[in-house]
Amino acid sequence: MNDVLDVALRLIAVFAVFLVLPLVVGQAEHKVMAHMQGRLGPMHAGGFHGWAQLVADGVKFAQKEDVVPADADRRIFQLAPAVALLPYLLVLVAIPIGPGRGAVGQTVDAGVFFVLAVLGVGVLGSLMAGWASANKFSLLGGLRTAAQLLAYELPMLLAVASVAMAAGTVSIPGILHAFEWWWLPWQIVGALVFFVAGLAELQRPPFDMPVADSEIIFGAYTEYTGLRFALFLLAEYVGIVVLCALTTVLFLGGWHGPYGADGLGWVWTLLKVAVLAFVVIWLRVSYPRLREDQLQRLAWTVLIPLALAQIALTGIVKVAIN
Amino acid sequence: MSVAATAASATAAAGPGFLSPSGVEIAFLLVGLVTFGAALVTVTTRQLVHAALWLVVTLGGLAVEYLLLTAEFIAWVQVLIYVGSVVVLLLFGLMLTKAPIGRSPDADSGNRPVASAVAVAAAAALVWVVVDAFRTTWIDLGGPAQGSTEVSGRFLFRNWVLPFEALSVLLLAALVGAIVLSRKNGAARADGNAAGGSGKEQR
Repeated sequence: MNDVLDVALRLIAVFAVFLVLPLVVGQAEHKVMAHMQGRLGPMHAGGFHGWAQLVADGVKFAQKEDVVPADADRRIFQLAPAVALLPYLLVLVAIPIGPGRGAVGQTVDAGVFFVLAVLGVGVLGSLMAGWASANKFSLLGGLRTAAQLLAYELPMLLAVASVAMAAGTVSIPGILHAFEWWWLPWQIVGALVFFVAGLAELQRPPFDMPVADSEIIFGAYTEYTGLRFALFLLAEYVGIVVLCALTTVLFLGGWHGPYGADGLGWVWTLLKVAVLAFVVIWLRVSYPRLREDQLQRLAWTVLIPLALAQIALTGIVKVAIN
Repeated sequence: MSVAATAASATAAAGPGFLSPSGVEIAFLLVGLVTFGAALVTVTTRQLVHAALWLVVTLGGLAVEYLLLTAEFIAWVQVLIYVGSVVVLLLFGLMLTKAPIGRSPDADSGNRPVASAVAVAAAAALVWVVVDAFRTTWIDLGGPAQGSTEVSGRFLFRNWVLPFEALSVLLLAALVGAIVLSRKNGAARADGNAAGGSGKEQR
């Protein structure tokens, strides 16, 4: 009975994180973008600096009519948001925020592979949405999504392989336990490659060609309304949280910090995630959208060679240490 | 080690049998049935994209089977490579060819008997090999995981290095071949299509 309670508590905690952190990131995006552009952003909903703006947005989405286009493939169209969102929930289960057994939803032996595998499934949601909408813009969005995923999956994998080599394990808590401060300069190239490739997989600006609103309306999500559309948006923001958390635990040392207080490891993790999320928002405001050929060129001629060089470097240093 | 142990326990009549299945065995069977059904739908459905999506269910079911057999690493790699990449590539191809929503009556190439003969032969060969190789081996779920990443890696790089390397050479050859093929096509119609370089970069 105790075990059941334990599992239930962990799942509830993960679900709470799944619901709260994306909203925090979304609200931060509203405000940070606004201030970077010399505006105030939402100020009314909820009173204090518009803190309830996203709650209001959610209520608005829930009230809207759920429309399925007449020519669409109904079941796949309706299933797609769930396929896009659920993998992120699963991934959150495996990310530790502190040392010790209490700070991770579930320790997975091959955690790194679990995380990457499940993240890859989420893109199927966008593809299903793009195809099933019976809309040219959606189909184009789906095509671009698939091309982008195929290009950026490889550098992401290679960067993670490098850090797994350095730690000698593919378990995420194992990697964190093996972490030393000098891994930061050692793995910095891999970290950059991972972060950039992750941004591209999330289709965040400047890699938002698949949803480029000035060309193809909103890509694969053009035909969606109401709650299903909100689920896709939620998936994007959970994706930001997951990407930042993964970069933190794989490359930035997760709960390790200069003032390594034992009980406060989770504060370090959350702090690093928050800083990375800020960078994600900052990039959105700062850079114009990359064209499709620029996207492909960046992946195949810059990120993959860099990731391979990082693996070589990791191997050399690893052999030299031993 | 565990093979001998389980064989010994099986002969002691206290070992696992067919009449008193454990929960994991029941789950294994049920997932197997679902996987089999999904595979059948994959090859019989007349809607192309639905076939690709049922393939996701099939491959995912296989991954669950690996998990139940304690081969965690293999399971995640299965999801990563097949669901995450191969099916995405398939869907990409289907979208490029504008697979219609609804049935595609022209998608039947008329090779049904030959295809089913090949499939039955392949299935028979595989089932025979696997049954012959493992017979009544049972996995001891209580002991240390026998399919963890560490164990798999040790087996792969200590006992099976040569096949592993041969496979990687084969894949490299396939990769080079793909590049050569796409180059040739590009050169043949390079004049009319200056942007011929974008196609060959898709893996």
